[in-house]
Order: sequence, then structure tokens, then C-alpha cells
Amino acid sequence: MNENDTKMPQPPLPKGEPLEMLHGRLQMQTQQAGESVPDCLSRRTFFAKLCIGLSGVCGLILGVPLVGFILAPLLRKVPEKWITLGPAGEFEVGKTVNVNFVDPSPLAWAGMTARSAAWLRRVSETEFIAFSVNCTHLGCPVRWLPDAELFMCPCHGGVYYKDGTVAAGPPPRPLIRYEVRVVNDQVQLKSQAIPIITTL
Amino acid sequence: MAVWRWVDDRVGISDLVGPAMSHLVPRDAKWWYVFGSATMLAFIVQVVTGVALAFCYVSSSSQAYETLQFITNEAPFGRLLRGMHYYGASAMVLMVGAHLAQTFLSGAYKFPREMNWVTGVLLLGMTMVMGFTGQLLRWDQTAAWSVVVAAEQAGRVPFIGDWLARFILGGNTIGGATLTRFFAIHVFLIPAMLFAFIAMHLWLVLRHGISETPVAGRPVEPKTYRQWYHEFLEKHGHPFWPDGAWRDFVFGTALIVVIALLAFFVGPPAIDRPPDPSILGADPRPDWYLLWYFSLLALIPPQVEGYLMILVPVVIGTMLLVVPLINNKGERAPSRRPWSIAVVLLSVITIGSLWAVGITSPWSPNFNPGRLPVSVIGTTTGAVFQGAVLFDEKGCLNGRLVCGQGGRRVADLTYVGDKLTKDNMVIRIVNGGVNMPAFGSTLKPAEIDELVAFLSSRKRVEKSGQNF
Repeated sequence: MNENDTKMPQPPLPKGEPLEMLHGRLQMQTQQAGESVPDCLSRRTFFAKLCIGLSGVCGLILGVPLVGFILAPLLRKVPEKWITLGPAGEFEVGKTVNVNFVDPSPLAWAGMTARSAAWLRRVSETEFIAFSVNCTHLGCPVRWLPDAELFMCPCHGGVYYKDGTVAAGPPPRPLIRYEVRVVNDQVQLKSQAIPIITTL
Repeated sequence: MAVWRWVDDRVGISDLVGPAMSHLVPRDAKWWYVFGSATMLAFIVQVVTGVALAFCYVSSSSQAYETLQFITNEAPFGRLLRGMHYYGASAMVLMVGAHLAQTFLSGAYKFPREMNWVTGVLLLGMTMVMGFTGQLLRWDQTAAWSVVVAAEQAGRVPFIGDWLARFILGGNTIGGATLTRFFAIHVFLIPAMLFAFIAMHLWLVLRHGISETPVAGRPVEPKTYRQWYHEFLEKHGHPFWPDGAWRDFVFGTALIVVIALLAFFVGPPAIDRPPDPSILGADPRPDWYLLWYFSLLALIPPQVEGYLMILVPVVIGTMLLVVPLINNKGERAPSRRPWSIAVVLLSVITIGSLWAVGITSPWSPNFNPGRLPVSVIGTTTGAVFQGAVLFDEKGCLNGRLVCGQGGRRVADLTYVGDKLTKDNMVIRIVNGGVNMPAFGSTLKPAEIDELVAFLSSRKRVEKSGQNF
């Protein structure tokens, strides 16, 4: 560090110089240097295109794995599996109950978020129906009011009858049903994705 | 000083910052001009507190909830930092809104500052995305269900809706991949874009200068404005530092003090129950700055909801972006642009009203209405009493108000006996009505009679000395 250091001379900055003017100025300088204009422009154009092209290659090298990685969960195939809920005798005819189960193919770090729920109704000795807990309006979890025999949504007031049809409020469709079966006296429900409702 | 001169010579700090500090700003740019810098300061608060929180927060679906509990209840300064991050977000939303309104009212988006406005609108959008994703990182029950709500909304987009919804969820359901993507978006992706666009926004402020206070009868003429502005600054300008900047520092300091005081005395928002999708007693609500949109979704007529849910954000965003492109010259003074005052007032009233109604959410059922007391029923025997019991049991009180008790989803039935005849009541009970289920298949005729007896007794007139 020296007090006598001279301050670095500042090159004149072309303030607000349009690109065409800059190009023209450089062209003039090139002409003054005695170089042939077409060759020089051609060489410069080549380098410019080369740099732009290489930038695109770099972008692809970085971008393809990035986009692929982000979209990977969409491509991950999760097989629908039958989940055993319990012996048929545990479910009373005419009653609707909340059943909990675990996502059959969770990521290892999913923790409690791998759990899920459905509303299971035993209609008769042989018939079971199961509803998704997601309101068909915007997906909030509907609750069952046993005395009223209605499902109600806490978010925007959607109401459904016991068969899942819309009773009131904004839901555009009945509650989505799960497939249910009884195998060896065990009630089983087929896992499925959160239903995404499209109305258009 | 010698050290500083050496460093400055080699690094060029003065050359870099000097022109920005010494550039002339209009002398009349006073307190109305502090909202932009306040927004940036709030963003800095978010960066600082966010970095601090990231030292402890684990963005795993299985552990985030526990780390938040630790940050809030055990970590030194954790509660304060969480609070500052929350109130900093609130301040950023408020300030960017005030900045938008001030810029619009004063016509500052006109030539040559069109792109200042456009970049500002994009920054507003990014701020709202940060607000929403930030709430999700709280990763409690409300956050988890809010992801589902967001996915369902995205699902309404034609053709690619299902794909967008799965992208938001990180798969087919909430799970291990859900939180991490919102963490990456909230902590890396959007902040990087915010930094880039703030830099561009500031560069444009320096390039075109801070707009002068509008004066009626002094319209913007693009052909002559730049020359006029520079002459104006020569006569009526003063350096930004410190003549123009001191108000930004005073207001900004006050803002940070308020954020810290709120964080200290009020504290961060409560953490709801764990994000377990099998717990169905959830009541998801967005944070206050998106509560108005939550209300809008409840109040849109169902017939057009699918269209409006997509079109409203697109139309609002497009309108904001094209404002300076269709109106970039002429008068700037609000007194000569009364429609601009109307637009701002209408926006504030609309959003404010939706926000206010969102607090009570009268469209949501009351899941804990209790039972009607005898003092309201007026008797403990007979059809009226039995009807009141049925009214409770059949969930009628979840959606209806009686003497201030129950839900507000449908109607206040306190004096329904004055409004409907018994026949009308029977028809409505059996067939249902607006926002009311039909009970024809679940009630026996005798039960309907009891319900009607109870409802008919809900009158203003006195009966046997009892005022119902």
C-alpha cells in the first residue's frame, strides 16, 4: 500500500450508448487499423454466435437434470394397492366411521405425512362404500356428523349426504369413492391419489 | 483513512456506489416516497431472520414440525426470530401494497418508468408466493391441508391442471416430497428471483430517476419529458444521500422497531396440530394476507367458480402489467385522474371487505355449536322441546344461528316463526333450500312436526310472558 499510488485511470464509459453506435464505433476503429471489414465482422460474428451457442449448451447441461429432478415425483409410479382395514365384523351396518391407513409406498422420510384416512360406511351385510375425505370443492377434510347423517366441510361450507352426493354449498361433485372389497372376511380399500377435481 | 483509500482505489467502491448516493432526487419527494425502501428493508429483515431460522429448521416432512416446536419453545431467540419473520412478511406485503397504490395514484408508472412498474408488479407476485410458501413451511396441520387446497386450485386449470396439482403435491399425495419442494422454492428459487428483480428495479430507479411529485396541468410528454426532468432536477433536486434518504431511514427504523415489538410482545403465529393427514379435525385458513382470497373462493357463485378461479388471478395480473403500456403519458396528478382514486378505493374496499368477512367465515359450519339452552328453547317438554333437541342433533345448529348460538352458514333463525308459515317450513325441511340439505329422507313425519313446532315458536311476540 503506497500513498503515492496513482489512481487507476478510468476508461471513458459510453454512457447510454446504443448498441448500434457502439458497433459503428468499433467498426470505424477496425477500419482505421487497416483490417478488412468483412473478414473482421465475419470473425466477430462467428465468435458471438459461438459464445451464444456454448451458453445454450451449458444451459442444457445444467437445465435438463434440474428439470428432470424437479419433475421426478410426477413420474414416480406408485402402484395402487389393497389395504386391509380390519375384520368386517368390526364395522356396524348403517354406520359411517373414519378409517386410517398408511400410504403403501411412502418415501422413507415421510413420517406422519404417510398416513391417510377415509370414511367407510357399511351399507348392508355385504356392501361397503368408502369416501375420500377430501371435499370436492378444494380438498379440505370433510367431517361426518352421525346424528345429522351429513358430511360437512370446514373450509367453505360444502355439505354431503351419507351417500356422498352434494347436499349444499360449493362442491361441484359428490365425494370421490374408493374401491372396497371383502376378502377372507377382511375389509380392504384400494389406495388412490388425492382426487384432483377439474371442472372446465 | 489511508487504508480506506487504498481499498477503495483497488475495489472501486466509491465509483460503484458514489453515483447512486449522489444522484439528484426531487426535493419534493417526501414521506409518500418511503414505501419502496420500506419494502426492501422488510425483505432484508426476511433474509436475515430466514437465514437464522434455516440454521435449525429441518425441511423434512417427518421432522419439520418438531424443529419448529424447538425453535419456538426452546431455542434462544427462536420465538423472537420466528415472530420477526412472520411480522416481517406482513410488513413486506403491506409496504409493497402501499408502494403499488402510491405509484399508481401519482401516475409514476408513466414514461419513462414503465418497466419500473412492470418489475414492481412481478416483485409483488413473488412477495405473495413467498407469503404462501412461508406459511406452508410452518408444516402443521393447516399447512399440510393448505397444500391440498393449492393443488386443487391448480387442478382447475384446463388441460394441465392435474399435472400442476401433482407437481405441487410432489406426487399423488402429501408425503415426503411435498415439504422439500416448498422449502426449495421459498428459500432458494423465489429469493434468487427477488434479488435479481430488486436489483433491476433499483437500477431502473437510478436510470430514470425518482419521479417528481405530480402537479395538475403538468402532463408527461414522452418527447420532452427526459430533458424537462433533468432541468427540473438541476433547479429543484438535491442529492439522494443524505438529503433524500433520511426519511427512508427514519421510516425504515420505525418499521423494524414495530416488527420487533410485535414479535416480542405478540409472538409468532401459533403452531397448529401435527401435519398428519389422518387427523380430520382440521380447519385450514391462510395467513391474513391471503384471507381475502379464501373468502372470494367461498363467495363466488358455484356456477362460474371454475372459470373465475383461473381468470381472476390472470386478469388482475395482466391488467397490472399492461397499465403503463396503455397509458404512459398525460396527466399524473390524481385530481386529474379521478378514476385512479376510484380504482384504489374500490380495491382497498373489496379486499378489506373480503378480509373482514374471512375472519368470521360465516360460510363455514360451526362444528362446536353446543346445545340450545332451555332459556332459548323456552320449555323442557312437548313438541317444541323435542323439536329443539332434533334441531341440535340433525346438525341444524352447525349452520344456523338461533339467539346468537350456532353457525352462520345459512340464516339467522331466531325469529323464523315470524317469517315462514308452517307449510313453508315443512317444504324447506323436506326439500332443502339454498345452502340447506333436504331432510325428507332422514326425518320421520312426527320428527318434522316437532321441528316445525320448535321453529314456529321462534317469534318476537311474547308467549306466556316469555319473549323468544
